[in-house]
Amino acid sequence: MNPLGARYVLGKVAGSLGSLAFMLVLNFFLFRVLPGDPVRTLARNRLVSEKQIDELTRTLGLDQSLPQQFVTYLQNTFTGELGLSFKYRQPVADLILDRMWPTVVLVGTGTVLATLIGLWIGVRSAWNRGSRFDKYSTGSSLTVYAMPEWWLGLLLLAVFSVGVGPIPGIFPTGGLISPGVDPTSVQGVLDQAWHLTLPVLTVTLAYLADYSLIMRSSLLDEMGSDYLVTARAKGLRDAKVRRDHAVPNALLPAATLVALGLGFVVGGAITIETVFSIPGLGLLTTEALEVPDFPLLQGTFIFFSAAVIAANLAANLLYALLDPRVRG
Amino acid sequence: MTLLQIRDLEVVYRTASGPLPAVRGVNLEVAAGQSIGLAGESGCGKSTVASTILRLQPASAELRGQVLVEGEDVLTMRWAPLRTLRWAGASMVFQGALHSLNPVRRVGRQIAEPIRLHEPSVSAGDAAKRVDEVLEQVGLPRSRARAYPHQLSGGQRQRVMIAMALACRPRLVIADEPTTALDVMVQAQVLKQLTDLVHDLGIGMLLISHDLSVLGSTCDRVAVMYAGRVVEEGAAAQVFADPRHPYSAALARAFPRIGDPLARFGPSGLPGDPPDPRDLPTGCSFHPRCPVVLSSCPQIDPPHVPAGPGRTAACLRVGDEEREPG
Amino acid sequence: MTTPRLTARQVVRRRRRDSAARNWADFRGHKSGVIGLGILIFFVVAALGAPVWADASGLKVTEATGGVLESPSFEFLLGTDDNGRSVLTLLIWGARLSLFVGLLATAISMVIGTLVGVASGHFKGWAGSVLFRLTEWFLVIPFLPLAIVLASVLGASLFNIALVIGITSWPGTALLIRAQTLSIEERPFLERARALGAGHWHQMTRHVLPNVMPMVFANTTLTVAIAILTETTLSFLGLGDPLRVSWGSMLDDAFSSGAITTGAWWFLIPPGVCVILVVLSFTLIGRALEEIFNPRLRERG
Repeated sequence: MNPLGARYVLGKVAGSLGSLAFMLVLNFFLFRVLPGDPVRTLARNRLVSEKQIDELTRTLGLDQSLPQQFVTYLQNTFTGELGLSFKYRQPVADLILDRMWPTVVLVGTGTVLATLIGLWIGVRSAWNRGSRFDKYSTGSSLTVYAMPEWWLGLLLLAVFSVGVGPIPGIFPTGGLISPGVDPTSVQGVLDQAWHLTLPVLTVTLAYLADYSLIMRSSLLDEMGSDYLVTARAKGLRDAKVRRDHAVPNALLPAATLVALGLGFVVGGAITIETVFSIPGLGLLTTEALEVPDFPLLQGTFIFFSAAVIAANLAANLLYALLDPRVRG
Repeated sequence: MTLLQIRDLEVVYRTASGPLPAVRGVNLEVAAGQSIGLAGESGCGKSTVASTILRLQPASAELRGQVLVEGEDVLTMRWAPLRTLRWAGASMVFQGALHSLNPVRRVGRQIAEPIRLHEPSVSAGDAAKRVDEVLEQVGLPRSRARAYPHQLSGGQRQRVMIAMALACRPRLVIADEPTTALDVMVQAQVLKQLTDLVHDLGIGMLLISHDLSVLGSTCDRVAVMYAGRVVEEGAAAQVFADPRHPYSAALARAFPRIGDPLARFGPSGLPGDPPDPRDLPTGCSFHPRCPVVLSSCPQIDPPHVPAGPGRTAACLRVGDEEREPG
Repeated sequence: MTTPRLTARQVVRRRRRDSAARNWADFRGHKSGVIGLGILIFFVVAALGAPVWADASGLKVTEATGGVLESPSFEFLLGTDDNGRSVLTLLIWGARLSLFVGLLATAISMVIGTLVGVASGHFKGWAGSVLFRLTEWFLVIPFLPLAIVLASVLGASLFNIALVIGITSWPGTALLIRAQTLSIEERPFLERARALGAGHWHQMTRHVLPNVMPMVFANTTLTVAIAILTETTLSFLGLGDPLRVSWGSMLDDAFSSGAITTGAWWFLIPPGVCVILVVLSFTLIGRALEEIFNPRLRERG
């Protein structure tokens, strides 16, 4: 009896590799989606210099046959050669590595907080279904779920950075660090944390609404189960029945749904960084749109997709730990 | 010594479509070392009666009467003594072990759970030893404690339920259709295990089933329920072999003993469905389906009358054998 | 009095009518769903009647009569934008675009999703599994980066945005419909149809599809909600049709013209509130429909 279910693990890894392969093929064809010379297509309506057209032709390898282009593309991608950015005139790979960590901190902190708080709210709402807490939390979650996450960011900016009425605007209006502060010093770290407070708050609020609704629904489904009657018949207190029996089972479908929504978290990173001018990968993507800087757009697309595929794989493996039935 | 005394028990559930009277006046007694059967079709209220003993009804249900376990009324008990009673005083074996066990916890841990709860002084190691003991008692190897419910067969799961029920050495065990989901061969084995244990350990047992033949061969006494009431009560073998109430007779015919010559000839089905508790027939609630109904049956709710030594039945025909059918 | 004999077709029609009436009665009982429907009707009426109560000339930058970012006044009930246009006018015309793109995108998504979903659930063997794998792989790709790349390649226009949203959202629908199809495939009546010689197309259109439709309908409303949110986000990022006003483009203008720092709340808040209300209305309707069509959800109410 294998502890992690080797068959399940191998299946999920194979699936992830398949997703990765599919994504790379999709990425290759994205810029060849319109008929005719791709370079002409991409350069239409935009002022591009001869030099840029030449560079693009060379990068896309359009002087070669299509299969040859694809092979070159794969070779380049796997060696980290993602082309040269139009806007920054630097290798795309370097740009991505440089601007990666603010996104990681923002998304990482935000999702962890959103998961913990959202699950707690969802459990409490479901267990005390119909109570005032349930009604308020479900109502607010539905409302936050209906708003674009970046609009929430705009509101928070307006209220807490600019100030409204009696509320002073104490938070910075954007950026990652105050000018002239050394980012590696203690003061610098604190300063960056201060700048990240509102963005992290936005990410957390936006996703905790969704997670609490998911968990509430999941726990409500579990609450009619027979094994909970058994648990109560054993003399366990209500809280223990919930904690040791109902919630561990309710986590399973909830975890699946949360994993399915990981792609949306990436979308949120892009828009929230834009609103708060955080120099991460999200802002990089939005800035790339202005030109449009195709090598950079392709590069960030690969990175974001690969990140979500990896996160999904991690979620699937975690699921195997939670549910012994998939291990066989 | 009387372990369980149920007196005039009434249970009314509150549903979206109005009150639902599931139990309408039931009296039962179980003594130590005795096994009492409770028979009837689905919906007759037998599972409800069983779950009142540990007061597992939702808070919205109305309960009247008395359920005395070792002299204490469960219906008016406070929470702390009730939680102590649950499992340590009286435990239940539920039907359908696949859904009655937590799918994501090992069965050994689930068996140990009530032990750790009710006897906190027992160490983890000793609790594990108790789990092994009780698994042995039901005929399962010790290694099964590490298994998850989905890794066991139906019969093994049901034995785990029995083992779990015995973990805290209760004085009373209530088994609600413990073998219904199993095939016949396994059924016989599990039942035998259960009855042997009851006799060996001197436990009192309330065994619930819709199969009267099973109860007839394993219990000391049996009570037959219909539409929330007990309609016949007596020594198990007698009630099965010679039922006095028309419903018990139909029930007995539905599960014939193999080799019984009579069963080969008579039709064994009953026309119609069990009555809706919200819309019960007048008088005797069985009269619409009764094959030997009298003209006075729709008017009079028959009381329990003696139907032989140590037997009662609630039917107008009983005790009035001389009266002509009319 | 004898009742006239009905033809098979009349029986089916009557049955469909009765079940529709029952569903409507059920729906009326869901307070939240009815509120959602009310809000939706309000916005649809407002959008359809835009030429009536909001002069189209108010959209032209060159004909703007107000000052820049003026606060609400009697003349401009919701103030003006950074070009002097009435925010209220922009809001009403924006409703048209958001609703239209949302519905068009959903239609594209549902058509692709239903085709792939039913096919992958119905066809056993490699055809079905290939479609399923494809759906799963597509599902994992994060939608906004994909939408951004697609929109930047295709160019910003009304139809392209709808197409982009449709292309990025069909996998979710396809998986749901596939699950429904699989459970319907197990029912005996389909086996009987096959025994009687029904071909694949007949099975899928006359048997599977009608049974899948209720869940599809509930899912559609939820898809529209997401489509509208996505359109707003894409417009905010500047990928929307530059010639047209939408709530997202209004917020883009608000953000880039510094409405936050100048405290022009009338430009910042109303478009967001409108998005919330419309998305909420579709979500509430969708949730109510889900409860009606999914009996399992009903029990726990």
